[in-house]
Amino acid sequence: MPLRKDIKKVLVIGSGPIVIGQAAEFDYDGTQACLALKEEGIEVVLVNPNPATIMTDQTIADKVYLEPLSVETVETVIQKERPDGIIGTLGGQTGLNLIMALAEKNILEKYNVEVLGTSVEAIKKGEDRELFRQLMLDIGEPVLDSHIVRSVEEGVRFADEIGYPVICRPAYTLGGSGGGVAADQEALERLLKKGLALSPIQQVLVEKSIAGWKEIEYEVMRDANDTCITVCSMENVDPVGVHTGDSIVVAPTQTLTDNQVQRLRSAAVKVIRALGVIGGCNIQFALDPHSDQYYIIEVNPRVSRSSALASKATGYPIARMATKCAIGYHLDEVLNPITGSTYASFEPALDYVVLKIPRFPFDKFSEADRTLGTQMKATGEVMAIDRSFEGALNKAIRSLEMKTAGLRWPAFMEAEDETIKEHLTQATDLRLFAVAEGFRRGWSTEKIHQLTRIDPWFLEKIKGLVELELNLTCYTWGTLPNELLIEAKEKNISDRYLAQLFQVSEQDIRDRRKELQLKPVYKQVDTCAGEFEAITPYYYSTWRGVNEARPSKKKKLLVIGSGPIRIGQGIEFDYCSVQAALAVKKKGYEAIVINNNPETVSTDYALADRLYFEPLTVEDILHVVELEEVDGVFIQFGGQTAINVAEALAEAGVPVLGTTVEMIDKLEDREHFYQLLNELQIPHIKGRMASDREAYFEALDELGFPVLVRPSYVIGGQAMFLFYHREEAEAYLDHLEQVSDERIWPLMVDRYLPGLECELDLVSDGENVVIPGIFEHVERAGVHSGDSLAFFPPVSLSSEVKRILVDYAERIARAASIVGMMNIQFVVDGEKVYVLEVNPRASRTVPVISKVTGVPLVEWATRVQLGERLKDIAPQTGLLPEPSFYTLKAPVFSTAKLKDVDPVLGPEMKSTGEVIGLGLSVAEAVAKALPEEHRILNKRPGLLCAVADRDKEPLLPLLTRLAELGFSLYATRGTAQFLEKHRIPCTVIEHDLKAVEKVMKGGQVGAVLNVARQGRVPGTFGFQLRQLALTHHLPCFTCPDTLKLLLDSLHVQEQDYRSLDEYRHFTSERVFTQ
Amino acid sequence: MPAGYIRLATGEIFTGEVLGGLQPAAGELVFTTSMTGYQEILTDPSYAGQIVVFCYPLIGNYGIQPDDNESSGPHVAGVVVAELCDTPSHYGAIKGLEAYLKEKGIPILTGVDTRAIVKTIRRYGSVQAVLASGSPEDAHTLDVATPPPFSSAYWVDSVSTKEKVTYPNSGPHIVVVDLGMKKSILAALLAQGCQVTVVPYSTSFEEIKGLRPDGVIYTNGPGDPKALSPWLKEVKQVTQNYPTLGICLGHQVIALAYGAETDKLKFGHRGGNHPVKALSTGKVLITSQSHSYYVVEESIDETQFEVVYRHVNDGTVEGLKHRELPIYTVQFHPEAHPGPSDTTFIFQDYLAQVQKGGPAYALA
Repeated sequence: MPLRKDIKKVLVIGSGPIVIGQAAEFDYDGTQACLALKEEGIEVVLVNPNPATIMTDQTIADKVYLEPLSVETVETVIQKERPDGIIGTLGGQTGLNLIMALAEKNILEKYNVEVLGTSVEAIKKGEDRELFRQLMLDIGEPVLDSHIVRSVEEGVRFADEIGYPVICRPAYTLGGSGGGVAADQEALERLLKKGLALSPIQQVLVEKSIAGWKEIEYEVMRDANDTCITVCSMENVDPVGVHTGDSIVVAPTQTLTDNQVQRLRSAAVKVIRALGVIGGCNIQFALDPHSDQYYIIEVNPRVSRSSALASKATGYPIARMATKCAIGYHLDEVLNPITGSTYASFEPALDYVVLKIPRFPFDKFSEADRTLGTQMKATGEVMAIDRSFEGALNKAIRSLEMKTAGLRWPAFMEAEDETIKEHLTQATDLRLFAVAEGFRRGWSTEKIHQLTRIDPWFLEKIKGLVELELNLTCYTWGTLPNELLIEAKEKNISDRYLAQLFQVSEQDIRDRRKELQLKPVYKQVDTCAGEFEAITPYYYSTWRGVNEARPSKKKKLLVIGSGPIRIGQGIEFDYCSVQAALAVKKKGYEAIVINNNPETVSTDYALADRLYFEPLTVEDILHVVELEEVDGVFIQFGGQTAINVAEALAEAGVPVLGTTVEMIDKLEDREHFYQLLNELQIPHIKGRMASDREAYFEALDELGFPVLVRPSYVIGGQAMFLFYHREEAEAYLDHLEQVSDERIWPLMVDRYLPGLECELDLVSDGENVVIPGIFEHVERAGVHSGDSLAFFPPVSLSSEVKRILVDYAERIARAASIVGMMNIQFVVDGEKVYVLEVNPRASRTVPVISKVTGVPLVEWATRVQLGERLKDIAPQTGLLPEPSFYTLKAPVFSTAKLKDVDPVLGPEMKSTGEVIGLGLSVAEAVAKALPEEHRILNKRPGLLCAVADRDKEPLLPLLTRLAELGFSLYATRGTAQFLEKHRIPCTVIEHDLKAVEKVMKGGQVGAVLNVARQGRVPGTFGFQLRQLALTHHLPCFTCPDTLKLLLDSLHVQEQDYRSLDEYRHFTSERVFTQ
Repeated sequence: MPAGYIRLATGEIFTGEVLGGLQPAAGELVFTTSMTGYQEILTDPSYAGQIVVFCYPLIGNYGIQPDDNESSGPHVAGVVVAELCDTPSHYGAIKGLEAYLKEKGIPILTGVDTRAIVKTIRRYGSVQAVLASGSPEDAHTLDVATPPPFSSAYWVDSVSTKEKVTYPNSGPHIVVVDLGMKKSILAALLAQGCQVTVVPYSTSFEEIKGLRPDGVIYTNGPGDPKALSPWLKEVKQVTQNYPTLGICLGHQVIALAYGAETDKLKFGHRGGNHPVKALSTGKVLITSQSHSYYVVEESIDETQFEVVYRHVNDGTVEGLKHRELPIYTVQFHPEAHPGPSDTTFIFQDYLAQVQKGGPAYALA
């Protein structure tokens, strides 16, 4: 059936903020969906409060509601917009849950809105554990026996029924902790006791254990005519036991016979038919490595992380096709956009290997539990394509930006055998490197297989790479035979890693390769293994054979992407990269994108003119630059990743656009930067660079406390700490010297000023600047800007302060000859303004400000880098007029998924995503931006307080106000004494975790106010108190500023939900009446 | 590893290393997009006389399995892969692919850019090629016999059973005319409870009649269907008397028997991802295919045959149904192996027809 003509307007539900388990992939999916609808002439209405996404751009959807994803919001939007249909299978679990809730409350029925694509009944069958189980039994597909138990006896009885080993998963524990596999009754009893105690609802799921089995995934599509295809099969290198989001995954499957592949494929097709899915569906199997027995372990009746990966891995755009199916098309009526001549009703054939490696946040959280299990912990992922497994592996490793250029984890070189074994037995993010290390120590494949249960096929590949490396190191750089160098490059070992192995410079390797004319070729991802001509220029490199990428004669510009999503470098940089590529195209040039993140819009091959799916190292970028002979490279849009390669690219003679590399270097170097500020007579925070212990202590003496300390090589507040006492600063140094496998000197020591923080983004052409707005942070300086609530326009800054901010920004931009973007952060102390730091690139706030002001910041930044002048582009320069509505940007955290990560706010960024709240009043914006859970305080007006000594006095007004507002205060001993002294009534709680937990469980308190003395010290009372708050889902305010703001908005009842256009209309009306 | 190369009749040479059997091989160069199922492909008699290029670069990962051969052994002339796995891993593996091919004397060229070869085939169509060890410069001294043309019955003759083989069972009796049968066709019938008699391709109508079958199947096989022209009369007679199913070459031969024409595709359909539309429902099925020739639609007598399946990509005929007689033919492989089993219902539908009995008037 072709397109349904009765659908004229469709409501799309986005997935909201980026959290672990639900990330950028839904921006890619959602963006594809919106575009797939729009090109059919359907009006698209979108609800998604995540400002960093491409999908919320007004060029993607017709009407964008940056409003909370609640039933209330969606009902209002439906009322206003009266859509014909709604799609919720593209917004992750959030979208799915919302659709279910809307259906249950008969809202869809009431307004006659049809659920397009997979029906609510089908979603229910896939999501409800019992319904799904029954359906599988009905169609004869095997599922695992499992049972939720509430007591040890119940668990033992069930295990006796299904037989050992069994796996236990306590409900709602932090990071899924407390689970494990029990081989016998004794072990089970032990696990259950622990698990039941840990679970806040005293429930443990007991299931037959199939740990160690192969984990296989299929991406399946089905249309309304029952045509069913599988887009891609994927095999987890990590066997069952590690969440698939945390597993290394290869596509297609490598170790399955055709019999097995087809058996699982048939089962997948059978299941999707039984569910009645229309669109995309993900299905996961466990396959016995010693037989053909399998179980279905999970079904997601929606697009997913895996479907984004499969789309990029095969070239088959699943979300787009799922959307086409939802509006009536059959798969054989939709063209395969990659070939342009075949149809979507086929199964892609690959002639390359695709590898995905997850990116974990443990580099930021050294104290976190880095073991992997059923709770996903990765924040992002990289994908690599090559014609060999080894090649894809090496490419993926260097795409991770984990400070290793090859298959080696430096800290493992000196590690005890026991340590290596631990990483092998209990999977961690470093297991891949532990496998390589094991082989370096001469361990057998069998031994490592026994420890890891990883299929020997994968282990042999890693072993082969280790053997090749040993072979290489038999030679010096001078004596290394060319054949071996060629072999190393054919396995895609990086120049940098070779340079490390041979103790030469990367340039030496590059020079010799040039001599040998040894360079990669590029092959096309074409969905069909070369069977048909493909028209889409989507390429990957490999080191053997014929080059297929034929550069055009047009003027070409390269946009460097931002790599995997990490804390501190998220989807906002993908937004910027995408906007830059679009701006380049708009100007009539050829836009080339290089990136390695499969989740993102920037790696949608339909976006730029050409896409290179490659690592973002200097070597890999240079190869593309040389092949394409690009006329310029943009480095300001890909976060720190792109900035990091700028210097090397410039050195290699690559035309780097925008602000000069020398100047970037100057701005990033603290000493040079302060010098510049001094010259401009702009105040900055006093700071010292300490190059050794002695200088460090001198700096502490000179600056006085409190101070901010961090190693200078890190960015984004990584390993940055705030100290109030000398002994803390000393302990930190000892700790750094002990744990760091990197150089720690020089250390940067800055005086800490707990003033008001604000920031701004600007575009400059070197002469004029455009500042679309100023963000005022809610939390005082010392809390990372990424973790702060931030208002736009500012709510308390005086016009004089604003004038100073703009003046400083203009002076810096001019003095540094900034061409393109810059972000500046300030501390305001009274009327005195200090510059904290500048980032000579796009920043986290760029998408927010672009959306709420409508100023195409990235486009302008792109154009000035191409030589245009701001006065020719922008209607006015300087600070633009403020809108007449408020935007509050709020961070969103995933700390409950990461055991031992302290949720305390500090200079180290911890949030994974953000939302914005828009309102005509400050309170309305606050009410929308802060998480719904915070409103629990309305129902449970009790607050547990534990405040460090130094903060007690300053907190008195807040505590008094809380009491006056009628909150019951519960306080730990010291805090209680302080309260009593000031005649504030409170209930004393013993300085004892059991007592604290009892209060939390008792339901008297709705939140915790815990201002920590230091934070991030595992084992301390405060640390464990915060972990308990996370476990019991209680908001934990570690910075009083956040709580103060919340109190201002608790009373807000009525909210209205408006599209971005409506908000902007308020502004233009005001401007007009002025 | 000894150096080796493949030289195409069009002049292109691709060099790599040769493993397996070391004597040179000549054959028609074809490619398959199947990512798994190399063992089934190499032992599928349809590939007789061909050198197979695997599009997927990693071949041999799960070794050789005890039950996955599609016939007594490999029939390909040679094999071309990007990378041959020398450390296979699978619980069922009894040996490695290289050892197996070496045993069978079949050369395998590795370490080549198979994608470049595939694109060359795509440009010229299937071409003749020679695969040999050594250096292409020594090619003039190469002593390799030119294989017989596909228009010769040599190919079917070389792979068809030499004598009748019977598989007793309780269900309907199906005579399978072996044009180069894949074992999975037999397995599919046995799984349905059929009694099966496999007979040589040259078996006459009278001989088949003597076996008193309930139905007859013409199988897949190698080469040009026109090579079987001398037997078309017999084929027609059989189909007029028994419920008949034709698979792949069997489909082409039956079409020829009723006066249709066949022609050669530029580079064939080989892979497990071919979309075929069932014209009665519009539903698309993913099929396993391995053929060079096809039935020319315009040549089909529409008063007798109806096109029931069509390839989604190139629109070629994928299945026919006689308007009166119980004759069904499919260009694809409902028996799968390798490839998806979306179309196993073809056997069930056919057997349901067999149960109803053949055209009574014809038997009179």
